[in-house]
Amino acid sequence: MKTAAVIAALAVALVLQTTLAGLSLAGGTRVNLVLVAVIYVALAYGPVFGLFAGSAAGLVQDAIAGGTIGIGGLSKTLVGFFVGVLGSQFIVSTPVPRFLMFFGASMAHEACFQALYALVESRAIRFDLYGALIQAVVNGAVGISAFLVAERGPDMLQRRDSWRRSSSSVRRRY
Amino acid sequence: MRDPLVRQSVGFASVRRIPVPGSRIPMLDIRRRTGVLLIVVTVAQLILISAQVQSKSGVPVFQEFTFGVFARIQGGTWGALRSVRDVWSNYVWLRGARAENETLKRQLADLQVQLQQKEALAARSEKLQQLLSLQSATALPTVAAEVIAGNPNPGMLTITIGRGSADGVQADMAVIAPAGVVGRIVGPPAAHAARVQLLIDRNAAAGALIERNRAGGMVVGSDREPPLTMDLVSNMADVKAGDKVIASGVDGIYPKGFAIGWVESSERGSGLYRAITVRPAVDFSSLEEVLVVLVPARSATPEDPVPAPAAPAGTAK
Repeated sequence: MKTAAVIAALAVALVLQTTLAGLSLAGGTRVNLVLVAVIYVALAYGPVFGLFAGSAAGLVQDAIAGGTIGIGGLSKTLVGFFVGVLGSQFIVSTPVPRFLMFFGASMAHEACFQALYALVESRAIRFDLYGALIQAVVNGAVGISAFLVAERGPDMLQRRDSWRRSSSSVRRRY
Repeated sequence: MRDPLVRQSVGFASVRRIPVPGSRIPMLDIRRRTGVLLIVVTVAQLILISAQVQSKSGVPVFQEFTFGVFARIQGGTWGALRSVRDVWSNYVWLRGARAENETLKRQLADLQVQLQQKEALAARSEKLQQLLSLQSATALPTVAAEVIAGNPNPGMLTITIGRGSADGVQADMAVIAPAGVVGRIVGPPAAHAARVQLLIDRNAAAGALIERNRAGGMVVGSDREPPLTMDLVSNMADVKAGDKVIASGVDGIYPKGFAIGWVESSERGSGLYRAITVRPAVDFSSLEEVLVVLVPARSATPEDPVPAPAAPAGTAK
């Protein structure tokens, strides 16, 4: 069940990312929804799930994007694993630590990705700090929103249903 | 059964998993051996990357399979999105359509007059060309394709189009738009989809020349703004801001004469070559439909005797 949920989350993130990038080239570079999904999985389910989710999502992303297969996979594997380890070592259940986790992991991923490409292509590292900062902030905002929806969504729906039931019973009484 | 790992609160806001003394982690419980897993997965991916770097060919089977399967999903998603957009634009967003229709009719009438003038001019030009014994330019065979998805990886500037090998699309074919050069097909195309590397990708390049004085060079994508630079143009060449940059055709991919962009800045470089930045002719942020030139690479300009440059267009730098 957990594995199916992780696969579904990664697939949805991948489809959303490609659709968003198809609609707006700039929009596609400002957020990495696949990375957000990997970090979310790592925080929610631990380092092993983070590792496998990062590896699978990164490899598929590499295969579709047309770059060297494995660079995105390795970057996301490392990020997924270490976010999972940090998530199990520290309490990351409020928005601020979660945002910092998403932000830090996004910056680390970008650095790792660019460094690996520089290594493979035998050139100097090209790190667009401004672009990476924007993407990390947007990833953080999307990530904490996803946690809020996943954690409070069912509770809010339940409360709405119970409020509807109670209001209809009051109406019946009068 | 006793759990060999217990959760214990340690210090400020931290929870750590500590093994109970004397307990042993089962050898076969791979989920507990996270370090081993990390090393195995990392080494496997390093081997995968190394194999590609050595052969420069990638893993086509995996790539082709993944791309083919995902292209179907992308096509479906794009189709659904287009349906919603069509419903919105065709039924909901019709305010002012009547007035717009009248304006467009007037514009159409004007354009029809202009078209007749252009046709007359074209016929006259062709006659003059025949008189000068020049070979008339052969119209390139093309196929229109819809952009069905963008790049899944923000580090790569690629798009996916809804035409593939079933439509005659092959790797390294040029992709153009009415405004100019868009990019080239990369990787093996799927049956009904293909991946296009945009010219502004940092790994893309094309043979180019300045239209005004035919100074040759190579246009490459860059991470900066504007997203194109023109390299290998001699410091002696007279290149000014506003000069039009067109494809030279020496790379054997992009058809000669198609617009690439306009020179935005041109400065004398520290070495042999000028530092030139180019503003692309194509607006890459709003690509919806493109044309694939159905001429295989290397035979795009067979009349061009100039050999391909050392770094061929679109190859990794």
